[in-house]
Amino acid sequence: MKIAVLSGKGGTGKTTVSASLASALNKCQYIDCDVEEPNGAIFMKPQIAGSEDVTVMTPVIDEALCVGCGACAKACRFHALALAGKKVLVFSELCHSCGACMIACRQNAISESSRSIGVVASDAEGLFLQGRLNVGESIAVPIIRKLKQMLRCDIPVVLDSPPGASCTVVNTIEDCDYCLLVTEPTPFGLHDLQIAVQLVRSMGIDFGVVINKAAENDSTIHEHCTANNIPVLMETPFSKSIAERYSRGLLPVHNDRVWQMKFMNLYEQIARRCRK
Amino acid sequence: MKIAISSTGRDLESAIDPRFGRAEFFVLYDTDSKQCEAVENLAVTSSGGAGIATAQMMSDKNVEAVVTGNVGPNAMSVLRTAGIKIFRGNADTVGRNIENFNKGVLETIETTVAPHSGMGGQRGRG
Repeated sequence: MKIAVLSGKGGTGKTTVSASLASALNKCQYIDCDVEEPNGAIFMKPQIAGSEDVTVMTPVIDEALCVGCGACAKACRFHALALAGKKVLVFSELCHSCGACMIACRQNAISESSRSIGVVASDAEGLFLQGRLNVGESIAVPIIRKLKQMLRCDIPVVLDSPPGASCTVVNTIEDCDYCLLVTEPTPFGLHDLQIAVQLVRSMGIDFGVVINKAAENDSTIHEHCTANNIPVLMETPFSKSIAERYSRGLLPVHNDRVWQMKFMNLYEQIARRCRK
Repeated sequence: MKIAISSTGRDLESAIDPRFGRAEFFVLYDTDSKQCEAVENLAVTSSGGAGIATAQMMSDKNVEAVVTGNVGPNAMSVLRTAGIKIFRGNADTVGRNIENFNKGVLETIETTVAPHSGMGGQRGRG
């Protein structure tokens, strides 16, 4: 079973929830898909055993064959190629590797070369995976795709999604069995939860909510969820002891039988919902 | 000589737009024939590479000099390769910048600003 943890808003506790869930289970694969800030390793403390470059193909212009017609630049939807006078310039970081420029070029002046945009790393058993996008790169999806090729089918998988609701999140949650939406009882948490709900509904993935940093005197999220028929699966309180552990890089489930049981129970609820 | 001024509107009275890639219009002015024409910058709404597309449009329209405010690194690279000179506007309207260009009192732009400076805090999409 593949469970994606997302939130829309950053800082609600996606990594805390996904790492706690993964740690509470007996054997499970944890994948950090937040490739711009992959910090799940701080909680999970894996022994990284190997890493692999993620490469993408970008065009190379053979200036001896190029006649400067500009057909390649016209074909590129991403402005990764420009015709300046008679010379074609390539802006690799904007390239989506679609290959349209090669098809458009009548002179066969365009070939491809591979370029590294980041890495994926894992522990020896492949139970911990993380991707890392190089600073300065803007296209993260190829790294998430690479991570998902390494997905295990024999054990539960928890995918820690990036924040937001755009391409990287869509690619993370695609083909998952269940989405866990982490939110917090603030106007910002609610606002971005609504966007995340729209996303998972439009992708047709079953989902439920975890309220993190929940306060007893605030029912904003509950009211919204009840009114919109959204199940709230768990709450983690706004608690000093959890915050203290967090500040030392420790999860709520760390040496805490009660929280381990709560997260196991969360997994059971999700498993029941997926069996329906 | 054909020059292009990044502009907020279509005529000589319009204010200069300090952004290059995200300027809504360019007023093209021919210093020989004294003719001017406004073109809409279609790159203004693109999610990425607006400076590149705008610079390419300058090259396509055989512009020889641009007068603007801020130019990003990619746009600068295209403009330089195309041999287009880049000047910093120093007056409020398009018309007054043309006068200053003709007088030769505009400075050239040698340094670039950070990418996406003209996007007003939006985030790009992957």
